[in-house]
Parts: sequence; C-alpha cells; structure tokens
Amino acid sequence: MNETFISDKNGYYGEFGGAFVPEMLRQNVESLRAVYYNIIESAEFKKEFNMLLSDYAGRPTPLFFANRLSNKYGAKIYLKREDLNHTGSHKINNTIGQILLAKKMRKTRIIAETGAGQHGVATATVCALMGMECVVYMGETDMVRQEPNVKRMEILGARVVPARCGNKTLKDATNEALRDWICNPENTFYIIGSVVGPHPYPDMVARFQSVISEELLTQLSGKEGIEDPDYIIACVGGGSNAAGIFYHYINRKNVRLVGVEAAGEGVNTGRTAATISVGEPGIIHGSKTLLMQNEDGQITEPYSISAGLDYPGVGPLHAWLAKTGRADYLNATDKEALTAAYELIRLEGIIPALESAHALAALGKLNFKKTDIVVVNISGRGDKDMQAYIEAKKMFK
Amino acid sequence: MNRIEKLFKTKKKNILSIYFTAGYPELNHTLSIIRELDKSGVDMIEIGMPFSDPVADGPVIQRSSEKALHNGISLNLLFEQLARVREITNLPLIFMGYINPVFKFGIENFLHKCSETGIDGTIIPDLPVEEYRKSYEPLYEKYNILNIFLISPQTPNERITYIDSIAKGFLYMVSTTATTGATNNFDDSQMTYFKKFNDLNLKTPKLIGFGISNKVTFNQACDYSNGAIIGSAFIRSLDENGPLPEIIHRFIGQIRD
Ligand SMILES: Cc1ncc(COP(=O)(O)O)c(C=O)c1O
Repeated sequence: MNETFISDKNGYYGEFGGAFVPEMLRQNVESLRAVYYNIIESAEFKKEFNMLLSDYAGRPTPLFFANRLSNKYGAKIYLKREDLNHTGSHKINNTIGQILLAKKMRKTRIIAETGAGQHGVATATVCALMGMECVVYMGETDMVRQEPNVKRMEILGARVVPARCGNKTLKDATNEALRDWICNPENTFYIIGSVVGPHPYPDMVARFQSVISEELLTQLSGKEGIEDPDYIIACVGGGSNAAGIFYHYINRKNVRLVGVEAAGEGVNTGRTAATISVGEPGIIHGSKTLLMQNEDGQITEPYSISAGLDYPGVGPLHAWLAKTGRADYLNATDKEALTAAYELIRLEGIIPALESAHALAALGKLNFKKTDIVVVNISGRGDKDMQAYIEAKKMFK
Repeated sequence: MNRIEKLFKTKKKNILSIYFTAGYPELNHTLSIIRELDKSGVDMIEIGMPFSDPVADGPVIQRSSEKALHNGISLNLLFEQLARVREITNLPLIFMGYINPVFKFGIENFLHKCSETGIDGTIIPDLPVEEYRKSYEPLYEKYNILNIFLISPQTPNERITYIDSIAKGFLYMVSTTATTGATNNFDDSQMTYFKKFNDLNLKTPKLIGFGISNKVTFNQACDYSNGAIIGSAFIRSLDENGPLPEIIHRFIGQIRD
C-alpha cells in the first residue's frame, strides 16, 4: 500500500480527500488551492505567523510532566498544554494562519463554522485583531450547550448565526457556512476549523497545526533526551489537534499514534460520534472520507456530550491513517470522558475541555510499560464546559 | 438517441424543465406529479433525489428534502416508484441530487437501474467535472446516461470552453451566485452575464436555472438560452390548497400561457 501521508496535488491521501464542491464553489476553492502553498511556505508569511504564534497566542505551549497521573497509569505521561493558548485551545494556531492568508488574498469578510465554539471564538478573535467582518455559523443545539462561547464571540464583534436544520450541530453549521460562501464568492474567505472540507483545507490546516509536534520534538529532547515518545494520544473530532501533534511523527513508525473519538453513549447505541468505528466511505463537506451514514447514503446525526467532537465525518488524513494502520483509533463514551476529566482535575489541577478529556480517557485503555513515554494533547481548557462538569460533580466526590 | 439529446435537436427555444423533490409533499406523489407535468406540457422533468445535507440548495428545497426523507423516501424506493414511469411519459427524465447516496448505492448499480427505469441523465452538483471524468465517465457512456454539468457566474471563460467541449445534452447555467431559490426579477448584472455567456456561442445547448419563478424570469432567461429550469417556485406551489392536478396545471399555465 502506498503510504505517503502528505496529500497529492488533487488533495488525496490514498483514496480519501479530493475537492467535491459544486461548480459555484469551484473558483473559490481553486483560487485558494493555487496560492496557499507558496504563500504559507514563504519566509515573509512564516515570519509573521511565528511572531503572532509566540507574541499573541503565547506559544510555545508547555510540555508538562504529569507526575500523579503517571503514577496512576504506570508510564511517564506528559501533557502538551494547548489549553494554555490564547482563547483556550489549539484552534488559534489555525485561525492565525488562515486570517493571514485571507489578508494576502485581499478578502474582507470572514466566515466560519463552529461546534464547541472554540473555533468560532478563535476566528472572532483574529478578526478583531485584523479588523475584519466576521460571521460564525453555529448549530442551535450547540449555542445552548456552549453558551459562554456564543457570548464571547459576540463581545469580540462577530455575528453568530444559528443553523436550524438537522440536529442543529456542527454538520449543520458547516452546511450553512458553505451556502454563505456560495452566495458571497468575491469578498469572503471561509476559515474552516479542522482538517476537513475540500482540498486544500485538510492539508493547509494540518500545516498550521503542525507547530504542535514541531515544538514537541525539541521539548521532549530537552526533558528526556529523545525526540520520540512511545505514544501520542489526541482526541479526534474533525482531527486538527490530532493532525497537528501527529504531523512530524507520521513517518517515525516507532511512535504509536492514537486518536480518540467520541463514542457518545456507546459505539453500538446509535448515539455516537465515533466515525472511524462506525463510518463508511462517502463524501461529506467536499471530501471523500469515512462518514456516518445509513444504507441510503443519508448522513446520520452524530451524538456526543462534547460539541467539538459531535461530527459525522472525519478528516481524510485520519481515514487514511486508520486504513493503513499507521494510527490506531479508540473511542471514549461521555461517561468515560467525564471520569477522565475529573481525574485530571483532581490529580493535576487542570480542567480540560470535554473534547480533550476523551484523549485522557484512552490512558486506561492502553497497556503501558513503566518506561513508556506518553504524550497526551490537552487540546483545550474546560471553561466552556463548566456546566457539564458541575452537573457531573455528584458522580465524583 | 438519448431523450435529452432528442429534445434539444427538435426544440431550440423556450424549453421548460421542472424540478420537484421525490417524496414531497407526500411519499407517493412522485408518479402523479410526473403525469400531470407531462400533461401540462413541460419539456423535461428533473426528479430530485433527496439528501440529508443539500449544500447547494436554499431553504425551499432544503425543507422539501427534509420532509421527503421524513416521509420515508430512499433511492431504492424511488426506483420502485418509477418502475413503470415509461408507461406514463416520454419526456426526458433527469435525476438531480448529491453524490453520497449515489456513491453508497454503487455507481454502476445506480446507472444500470437508471437505464432500466428510463432515466436519461443526472445532475449532481457536488460531483465536479474532474472527478466525473476520472472515475465515472466510462460507466455513464456504457449505460447511455448523460451527466449534465453546471456553469456558474464564477466559472472562468477558458473553463466554460473546456466544459462545453466535453458536455453532452445541455449546460446547466446557474443564474446567480446563490443557492437554489426563487427570485421575482433578474437584475442588470445577471442579464449582462446571460448575454456574455450567450455570446460565447457554445456548441452545447443551455438552460438557465436558479431563481426562475414566474413568466417574467422565465422569458428573461429564454431570451439568452434554449430555456429554463424552475424548482423552488414549483415546490412552493405544491403547498397550495387544492387537488394536485389543478395546482400543477395552474402553475405551468402561468409560466407558459
Ligand atoms: C478543545 C477542542 N479540542 C478538540 C476539538 C475537536 O476538533 P479537532 O478534532 O479538529 O481537533 C475541538 C473542536 O471544537 C475543541 O474545541
């Protein structure tokens, strides 16, 4: 099997990827595809991008040795602290990159979709920074369960537009954003929040997020004298934080890459968002990938307690990493995620995002050796999830 | 010869094509709608295959698709409903929908069924020309089904020329940078675009779609093309009170009279 993990010129990772967009979007996507690589790999762009990552977002994010968690699981567990970024998650890495690109392409209006609201907040933030108009689409269900983030976006000057179709979650918000882009092709740049969508988005977003693994290489050398951990664990919604922390390790086959999807109430309950476990090949939001669908090819409604993982597709890179066996994909239920979150809170004093809690839940599902070095990506912080944690408190004295 | 090609060979002006969503308003309306459209004198019929996530569609077709799926329509059931469609109409029939249900059905299986049923073509907005050529074209040719390409106001001239060179049947010229939906009037910039497009003197016939709702917009579109496609406005009319045949004949009558 051909095992390159960089997409080809048509945006394919093996059989997954591509750009399945209607003719009305073709020109937008094509003009982005034609310029993105040269712009983002240019010295000038990198200089500005890196300056904002360090001085504005607060990078590099720390690599923290979690002593008590390590004792509990019998391995050396490090946490990559993406939760300490400005705006509280890894999403800012990508939005800084894309807004710089939008400016270079002379676009004046930004649109975005959001699930948990983290990508929406990160987009609204860079729009404020750059003085650009910002419209964020968000499912009505998500607007209720992630209300603090709706308010944050509005304070930052963004207009939050509810998506009222389907389950009113991330998939429906993405549909609305795509429709907006069809209607406003001239002035609008669509900042997609994960490694999903038509080519070149999956590759572009992975490149912006790859700063996570780039830092990890040097941070781990500093602490352990080696660049390669035994395991890297990250949660997977669309898959951008996972793509970012896997990126520089993909061809280092001695490092086990583990993605963790949201099982919701359980993989086989019909109330799940574990796309790689239950999905089949198909086309969603412009890319061929694995997706949750019924026998008629209708996309089925996902479910997870975590709005950021509540998506019926997955980035084509992950579909390919799963198919080739390069990465393993586990899943964690709502309850397992809540338990893992409380464990981190009480052992290390860190309140993770519900999404990141799914990655932590994998610690109990893997058999470590005492000497194993394990890195867990804490993709975001839990401020937005306080309501869920407060409600779960009686479970964890 | 494929029925679509035959139509464009014999009729050059004022072609009227109507889109409706299969399974809407009621699950079993599919054949009755086709029968009445045939009797009312339309030239071609587009049968919408509902999809859960119709990103190129505006609110009316989103809603009709959602309702149709709720009613229980599926591609399998649609083929069953249409098993004897050729006993009631000789008009060209086109399936319009999104790629995922077709992909799931299996492309060869789908085209085989289309050909058995008497479907003449497909319009699949999210199947780009390039993907069609790479993976689908030989099968379409094998079953003599035409895949109709879209052209939008954003499509550059050299790409229009390219698409024209490989197109069969007709070009679906999207009238505006918007999703599907009805408008009451075309503005100057749209008329300029129609004219510019018409002046390219393409080899393939063309129909204008998106935003056509009444006699005015239909005639405006026909001035610069071989005809036009009406979708959302027709679907909205199906919500009116009264017997289906009456509604359909009244609607088509208002466009044509
Ligand atoms: C904190 C956090 N982690 C993870 C995700 C999931 O996205 P991805 O899989 O693209 O990293 C989200 C999405 O909203 C998030 O907010």
